[in-house]
Amino acid sequence: MGVSRRDALRLGIGTAALGLLSGCALDTSGAPGGTGSGALVFYSTQLSTTAEAESVRRQILTGFDREVQFVADSSVTKLLDRVRAEAQAGTSNLGLVGALQGELATLHAEGLLRDMTDVVESLDDRGFTARYLDLARVDGRYAFVPWISASYIMAARREALPFLPPGADLQNLTYDQVLEWSRAVQRATGSPRFGLPAGESGLLKRFLQGYAYPSFTGGVNTTFAGPDAVPMWEWLREIWATTNPQSVTYGFMQEPLLTGEVWIAWDHAVRLVDALQTRPDDIVSFPAPTGPRGLGYLPVLGGLAIPASVPDPQPSIDLIRHLTDPARVSTTVRTVAWFPPQSLDSIPGGLPPGVGQEAQTLQRMVETPGALASSLAVGLGGQSGAYDKVFTDTFRAIALDGADIRDTLANQAVALQGVLDTAGAACWAPDPLGQGVCRVG
Amino acid sequence: MRRVLGYGGAALLAGWILVPIWFVVVGAFSTADSVYTYPLAPWPDWSLESMRFFVTSAGVPQALLSSVVVALITGVLTLLLAAPAGYALARFVFPGASAYRLTVLATRAFPVVVLSIPLAVFFLQWGIYDSVWGVAFMHTALALPFVVLMVAGVFAGVPVDIEEAAQIFGCSRFGAFRRAVVPNAAPGLAAAGTFAVLLSYNEVFAASILTLQEPTLPVFVLTGLTQAPLPFRYAGALFLLAPAFLFILLIRRRLVGVGGPTLR
Amino acid sequence: MSVSSPRPSAALPYLLLLPSVAYLVIFFASPMVQAFGLAFTSTTGEWGLTSLSAMVSDDRFWPAVWTTLILLVVLLPIQLALALAMSMIITGRLRGRGFWLYVFLLPLGVSELGAGILWYSIFVEQGWLNTVLQGVGLIDRPVIWLDYREPWRVIGTIVVAEAWRSTSLLVIILVGGLRQIPKDYLEAADVFHAGPWQRMRHVVLPLLRPTIRTAMIVRVVLAFEVFATVIALGGTATDTLATQANRAYTEFQDAHLASAYGLVILVVSLVAVGLVLAALPARRERGE
Repeated sequence: MGVSRRDALRLGIGTAALGLLSGCALDTSGAPGGTGSGALVFYSTQLSTTAEAESVRRQILTGFDREVQFVADSSVTKLLDRVRAEAQAGTSNLGLVGALQGELATLHAEGLLRDMTDVVESLDDRGFTARYLDLARVDGRYAFVPWISASYIMAARREALPFLPPGADLQNLTYDQVLEWSRAVQRATGSPRFGLPAGESGLLKRFLQGYAYPSFTGGVNTTFAGPDAVPMWEWLREIWATTNPQSVTYGFMQEPLLTGEVWIAWDHAVRLVDALQTRPDDIVSFPAPTGPRGLGYLPVLGGLAIPASVPDPQPSIDLIRHLTDPARVSTTVRTVAWFPPQSLDSIPGGLPPGVGQEAQTLQRMVETPGALASSLAVGLGGQSGAYDKVFTDTFRAIALDGADIRDTLANQAVALQGVLDTAGAACWAPDPLGQGVCRVG
Repeated sequence: MRRVLGYGGAALLAGWILVPIWFVVVGAFSTADSVYTYPLAPWPDWSLESMRFFVTSAGVPQALLSSVVVALITGVLTLLLAAPAGYALARFVFPGASAYRLTVLATRAFPVVVLSIPLAVFFLQWGIYDSVWGVAFMHTALALPFVVLMVAGVFAGVPVDIEEAAQIFGCSRFGAFRRAVVPNAAPGLAAAGTFAVLLSYNEVFAASILTLQEPTLPVFVLTGLTQAPLPFRYAGALFLLAPAFLFILLIRRRLVGVGGPTLR
Repeated sequence: MSVSSPRPSAALPYLLLLPSVAYLVIFFASPMVQAFGLAFTSTTGEWGLTSLSAMVSDDRFWPAVWTTLILLVVLLPIQLALALAMSMIITGRLRGRGFWLYVFLLPLGVSELGAGILWYSIFVEQGWLNTVLQGVGLIDRPVIWLDYREPWRVIGTIVVAEAWRSTSLLVIILVGGLRQIPKDYLEAADVFHAGPWQRMRHVVLPLLRPTIRTAMIVRVVLAFEVFATVIALGGTATDTLATQANRAYTEFQDAHLASAYGLVILVVSLVAVGLVLAALPARRERGE
């Protein structure tokens, strides 16, 4: 039996491998989180796609004098869990958090964020728009520093433009005109060519909450099942009949616009920008439509905040200065197409064509008479997923399954009230603000 | 005639596997413009733009290292746990053996995502959340049920006579195992271990729940990818496939040489 | 003396099983028990069936159950047939076995998420399938394959993607079984001029029975976990139990609901495994 020597060799290799592994163990245990060099960790729920994160690491963070580890993960659950866990443990691995206004408001409400008033005041040369500063202020103090902004707009392939209803102005459409237009395209091409991001990672829920509801009913929760909601859902059902059924798989509308599966679409500006950048001559952007109660739209604001558990906030504050610096702001809008929370005039050297087109569209939309800005849902905390589910469930029942509108709304109104009760959330714009839990109407 | 039929069938099945992979290659090496133009071209126009992005991407080396370390820990740990169990299943007849086999497999019936939630909490408490260890422990639990059965197959394939002979020559039971069984079973054990390695490399969901700053390569590339533009999706997919395919090439014979997991 | 039925200590086999059992108790059983706890409590922490009843009363629950079962029932025979054919080629007498083996094992290197991305690009309206079909003149305009209004079409695409992705594991298992079939059996069949079909039916399949059983159980257990390909191809309009569990966690951030789905998945897959065992009862094979 030729066992001994080869055997010993094999065992030797085995032990060597184990040695290697325990070497790794020392490595990781020596530096919790595995950064190894004490790099400043910048955690963000935004800019999380592969290309965006790469732009942040390669272009936006360059020139900062400390090593920064940019960690991007769009999961809000993970952000909340992480910040809570660190506060509990008294550790502070995360130096800076970049997230949407609503996400930061949740953290702020739990007392997990540092008061940023001093930082915002020291940045008065940045010229933040007053509107965004207001959004960043909770109970008289700043929860975060405004960082990036965007909104949702519409885009279409140029070949769809000839089918616009007579007399319609692309820059000022009504919901009815959009429906008529989409029907005309379907008649001409034989295919449903409207597109909504109704897929797993799509933002259809924001269309319902921040566009359709405010535009048709002037509110969202207080008018959820009211009389004005019925024509809105009828509109949705009709537009859905002219919508590419693949929409249930769409996350970002830029792809189907580029391939031509969709000719007319609504989405987050950042999720459309690739289409406008790749084919600026073939694809146009335009404001969201106006409904009976105005042009409802949802401004999006991302902010920078420092967890309260960070012992020495100075490096994080330095990083905020770096990120809000005009040169960096210019890089941000150029590379990831998020807009700064200040006037675009302050950006040196103009914008790339697609981004520039979106900037104009956004400006036009905000300045349209009757523009009705919603705020992101506030105070929902852990119920935000359940809140969104009410809207997507209602959409699915009415548009996809053809359920009765009034019955569905009556059922879902109960579910919606349950969510608001559990969260104890007061109404937010465009519903009339008030004390106590928001009542579903 | 029968031979022609055989080759025809084999070619058909190979095409079924290879053609979709070819589409990824075409997409990965094409310009954004041609990826968005229907009908799609069957040949790439050899643009390296999207591939270059991944090859030079800043987080890739770190994520690759994490993947390798996690996979290695998973492979070794799984084997250490599975070898005794597999040996017991192969060599002894004892009450509860079939129950064990089935129970072990049935653990895999519980969805990973649901399992990861309580585990993430444990790992936070134990201080191994967001570390290669946490992910490796999870992957070991995922691979173990299959590897135990594979290893049982390996040991069953080692003739009992060798072991008997060793014992006759004065080896203890463990001595006989170490000197006679292990060398004969080594290739099969290695194969079972590499299976665990492969499973670990491909596992995305548990790894993404359990990591934040220490993503494995597939987590790093794939999670951002479902939302990335089409050319990136092709390139990222190919970028992940290449090492896995190379690895399979190296171990392909071993993978099917194990005698297969058995259930009785 | 015989090593295979020794009596050094009746406890030895159990001692050998202990490490793996202990490991699975820590990393599977204990989180699983915790998940059961979550499933039987409400979001406010009271014990009861709130989470379970919330799950069952959801409009998407029963469609999810049915889609899960339909997928399993359709996929299982297709995958077994494919895996059997591939294994026969690998163990057969064709040249280039190493090549065929490699190709058939390639999907092992493709993660679920990757396979979803790949097959979406094939089935999407302006994708590869329509390119090919239109190229050979079978269709004159792109077909929308991923049309939720045609549930069978969507299920068909998921079946194809899953058959492509997860057949390799079965190939590994079946090749192992085929290699154990003594050569003389097959040669005897040849002597009696049995055709390939007869050889398959009367020699190979009966001898392969325990292996096929293993393959089926492995497949059934794993089938309930698949969700990435379903989400990629079916989007938000096609649900399975696993996609619902995943959505409950990632989107609704409701660990209770996710756990309730986990519980249902566990029960359903155990029942399915039981059915496989009942349909293919173990027989004492020679040498076992």
